[in-house]
Amino acid sequence: MHEHDLSKVGTRAKPAGEQVAGDPDKAFQEAEVTSEGEYGIPVITHCCLEPHGQVVQWNGDKVEYWPSTQNVTQVGNDLAKLIEVPANQIHTHMDYMGGGFGSKFPPDLWGAEAAQLSKMSGGRPVKLFLDRATELTIAGNRPSVFAKVKTGAKKDGTITVWQSQTWATGGYTGGNLNVSLFPYVFNKLENKRLNHTAVSINAGSARAWRAPNHPQLSFVTCSALEDLAAKLNMDALAFFLKNIEITTRPQVYKAQLEKAAEMIEWKKYAHLRSDTTKGPVKRGLGIGVNTWGGLGHDSQCRVTIHPDGSVDVDLCSQDLGTATRTMIAMVAAETFGLTINQVKVGIGDTQFPPSGGSGGSTTIGGVTVSTRKATVNALGKLFDLLSPVMGVPADGLEAVDGRIQQKGNPSKSMTWQQACAKMGTQSISEMGQNKQAEAVKEGLINQGTSGVQMADVSVDTDTGIVKMNRMVAVQDCGLVVNPKTAESQVFGACIMSCCAALMEERIMDQQTGRVLNPDMEFYKLAGISDIGEIIVHMDITPEHDARGIIGLGEPPAVGGVAAISNAVANAIGVRVPMVPLTPNRVLAALSQRRIG
Amino acid sequence: MERFEYASPATLKEATALLGSSWSDAQVLAGGTDLISLMKEYLVSPKRVVNIKSIGELGGISKTGAGVRIGATVTFDELSAHPLMRDYPSLVTAALGVASPQIRNMGTVGGDLCQRPRCWYYRGGYGLLAMKDGKSLVPDGENRYHAIFGGGPAYFVSPSSLGPALVALGAQVKLVSPSGSRTVGVDQFFVIPKSDTERETAIQSDEILTEILIPAARTKNATYEVRHKDALDWPLATASVALKMNGSKVGSARVVLGHVAPTPWPAAAAEKALAGKSIDEATAEEAAAIAVDGAQPLSQNGYKVQLAKVAVKRALLEAAGKA
Repeated sequence: MHEHDLSKVGTRAKPAGEQVAGDPDKAFQEAEVTSEGEYGIPVITHCCLEPHGQVVQWNGDKVEYWPSTQNVTQVGNDLAKLIEVPANQIHTHMDYMGGGFGSKFPPDLWGAEAAQLSKMSGGRPVKLFLDRATELTIAGNRPSVFAKVKTGAKKDGTITVWQSQTWATGGYTGGNLNVSLFPYVFNKLENKRLNHTAVSINAGSARAWRAPNHPQLSFVTCSALEDLAAKLNMDALAFFLKNIEITTRPQVYKAQLEKAAEMIEWKKYAHLRSDTTKGPVKRGLGIGVNTWGGLGHDSQCRVTIHPDGSVDVDLCSQDLGTATRTMIAMVAAETFGLTINQVKVGIGDTQFPPSGGSGGSTTIGGVTVSTRKATVNALGKLFDLLSPVMGVPADGLEAVDGRIQQKGNPSKSMTWQQACAKMGTQSISEMGQNKQAEAVKEGLINQGTSGVQMADVSVDTDTGIVKMNRMVAVQDCGLVVNPKTAESQVFGACIMSCCAALMEERIMDQQTGRVLNPDMEFYKLAGISDIGEIIVHMDITPEHDARGIIGLGEPPAVGGVAAISNAVANAIGVRVPMVPLTPNRVLAALSQRRIG
Repeated sequence: MERFEYASPATLKEATALLGSSWSDAQVLAGGTDLISLMKEYLVSPKRVVNIKSIGELGGISKTGAGVRIGATVTFDELSAHPLMRDYPSLVTAALGVASPQIRNMGTVGGDLCQRPRCWYYRGGYGLLAMKDGKSLVPDGENRYHAIFGGGPAYFVSPSSLGPALVALGAQVKLVSPSGSRTVGVDQFFVIPKSDTERETAIQSDEILTEILIPAARTKNATYEVRHKDALDWPLATASVALKMNGSKVGSARVVLGHVAPTPWPAAAAEKALAGKSIDEATAEEAAAIAVDGAQPLSQNGYKVQLAKVAVKRALLEAAGKA
């Protein structure tokens, strides 16, 4: 039931084989300073406020299906296989959902069961949602990772070598980890030796959890590197900057580290490991970094302009609470020179053209491109129609401020309503499509983001209780469509990081095989007074804007655990090897330090 | 949840008449913040639920000749805001530490004393003593939140927030049944069950806890709670102290630990050590160390010894106005 001790997992271990780059043995021989550490991050669950489930109604040959899903377009196709009906007989709807975080893609057996119950009852609607205990036990989790890491450096702080043995479980399915990303972000390091072992345990299986693999990779890497900096007696920020050239985007990370340092007042509050001021409460700062892809998924959009001037923008995407609707409306309204309340957005319905599932931070790129293309196409059709009427070539027209006008000449214009009235009785309906490669070439979307989080914590060394003072986040995501909702994503991610760093842990009982905390009482999540002040800076520069739109869902959820763990080590002078940083673990680390 | 009969009597007499000779006959509902979840989890399935919130005489906080009377259906919120509670900061702190505003608006002081333990083995259906195959699951299991005092076979911790403060203040509770009433010291109200058929409080299935009585004697009192989360979390350890002062020195002291044993846990040796002393960092620290002397931590909860110690020290300094 436990994977904490690799020597005790026996045949449930599946080693993935060793990966070696450069000459790690030689590098360790030549290293002037080495550091060794053990780190652990437990299995956590998604803890969606709205659990998994759906309403299903079997209506004659047709099945009306209202799941809580991140995947409106495809989930009905998967249900069709489970309940053996043609996919075109299933009509999927979803207006709103209460959290998914990667765990809500398939219809699951409870979807099929609900459909069968509806059928057996002669077509009555069946609502079947998991209760909290079931939700936390079987509806997915984020795998653990345990690590033994050895690093080496020159005296001047240059990292020369990384060696890690990691193991992980995500339940009965094992626990893979993309170790080739070690050391995370500082990935261009020449010498490394990487071993990973997946461990299966008799527990619920993993599902994607906001940036799969990355929070664990970031935690292990940033912790081990901060330990190395401490061994070198070097300021952690100076150490990270010293090694900036082996990061995947040196200029970007350098600028972000410097910005985050300015925001958290690094110069004012930073100290070498261990706060030596008097009293039981010690304060410290820590750094975590992130990276992600975020390339927009396939998406098709249908835009209809009606003769009365009303506009429909329809695509079968979904809003996970991130304001997908708002983004679509903004792009459409901007193309038409309208305000967003003049555009009616339809999503969450399989009657609309297909769009990808919302996973991997792919939604914003997908839906904005298809919307932009569909609206541009529809506007082109409207201009074609207006050109002879207005006596201006179609490519000489523009839509601004609720009017169609000759470019730059408001005196030759008509209102949007007047313009649409020229359509007579026929609506204009046009499609737009996001094709990834094409859209990247056109500069509309891209992939690859970076971010830095810094945490400022106080630790009561008498009780082991960690208090968040502040967390700052500097994050790029290409062209920001809406700064407010983008910031909101980062705020939420910082809060989730606080939860994972300080409180969240699935606790399994070795004797009964049960999850002991499948509730929101002992499966602890941070409350408003536990999260401190969060300060977000969207890294908006002309260079990032020029890259196009990139997704933001995952990356800010990556580095926070590392930042908090490092801040605690910086405060109390010793690494607490395992998160969450509970009072018992913090006190245990402190007593080790006293003995040591 | 099993089906049940619901009764909402208007008087105490009617209410006690609706109770039965066993817990499966009937259970008392006040705030419902614990009973309803116990019923939903099938941990209790009474045939009848007797709502006592409509009984006027069970509410209110008032001064009596002997001290202060707190009605059983007074909520945590009412308690913490009441002017008569100004002399009892130890109770106010404990009441404000309870869960969330929602729970404090619903939960009652009587319910705080009568609620069942939060031990995850108990809540998972293994009984009050967490037994499986004749053996407690706790010593070899996940016991990070369990008792460090008492020595078994009960390892759950008393969940009561007000209990330790009430014991320190020398409070009593009144229990009323169809055959009469009795008054029991809060220190006697909590008991350590020796078998799965026993309960953790002295109340019988045909009794209603109607009021709490706090004696008038003036004390300097305080509670300190160590909680992992700032709010909406059970304490890991608490201490409530009440000091009868003799000038600047302690005349007599009560020191009671919470969330470290199956009952509020009086630290008699620490109380004795404090008599005749003035409270400062050193005496508080010394008393705190004595208070946790004899703790018997399990495999994962040794840290609670330290937390209990810190709670005692900080509660003493708080009571003495030196925090």
